[in-house]
Amino acid sequence: MNDAAARNFEYLAYGLITAWLVLVVYVLTLVSREGRIRRQMESLQRMLEDKEKH
Amino acid sequence: MREKTLYGLGALAIALLTHNIWKMLVNLPDEAFQGAIFRIIFFHVPAAFTCFTCFLVSLIAGISYLKTRDLKWDALGVSTTEVGLAFGAANLLTGMIWARIIWGIWWTWDWRLTSMLICWLLYGGYLVLRRAIEEPTERARLSAVMSILSFSVVPFVFFSIKWFRTQHPQPVLYGEGKMDSGYRAMLFGNWVPILMIAIVLVAVRMMQERRQREVDALRRSAHAF
Repeated sequence: MNDAAARNFEYLAYGLITAWLVLVVYVLTLVSREGRIRRQMESLQRMLEDKEKH
Repeated sequence: MREKTLYGLGALAIALLTHNIWKMLVNLPDEAFQGAIFRIIFFHVPAAFTCFTCFLVSLIAGISYLKTRDLKWDALGVSTTEVGLAFGAANLLTGMIWARIIWGIWWTWDWRLTSMLICWLLYGGYLVLRRAIEEPTERARLSAVMSILSFSVVPFVFFSIKWFRTQHPQPVLYGEGKMDSGYRAMLFGNWVPILMIAIVLVAVRMMQERRQREVDALRRSAHAF
């Protein structure tokens, strides 16, 4: 394989990695939002239960 | 049950994409002029198609919200916009990597590239606008308007390579463009799983939006005590 072809493959790999990386980053933001919503929900439910008790 | 179906669909899409990558690297021959880097088109173009499909759904959701005032359309609008932006980013970045090899530059202020960037920034502005408005119905109304206005750029992005002289390659799937049947099959074969991934992401994001509304309702009742 000559230099140009090797460079071509190298950049193809960068392209594929970038496409997957964008997807992975978005999925991670979804996971982090899911955790935040769950924590908020639990804390509000606890707060409401406490208020009902008092 | 619904979540299991979604995750199953996502896993199937990833398996299909992985299989396609293997097929693309092993079975498909290099393009005569561009060599191996040509294969980026099998992600670059489906990512653009998926991005525009998401923006089209966001437009429909925006119009539907303004007609019905039902917040489920707002949830669909924000979900498709977010997912569309992710695929738009993949499209722009893979295009830049291809351009570095073929044109020798990362970026040029060509009609297609510039209009796509403006389109991406407009939809990014939609998300910024949503963060700035607290009141849910006002946020949904303005987001719907913003989504409808932003979509006006999409046909311009799509047809810019026909309307103007551009450095960006001419269309290969319509008009006078021609593509080898093997390449064409791979391109559409990749679009199917990418679209499946987009559907899963939109569905998950919509579920989050519904839960967020439940949290907001709980917060209001907590303050009402």
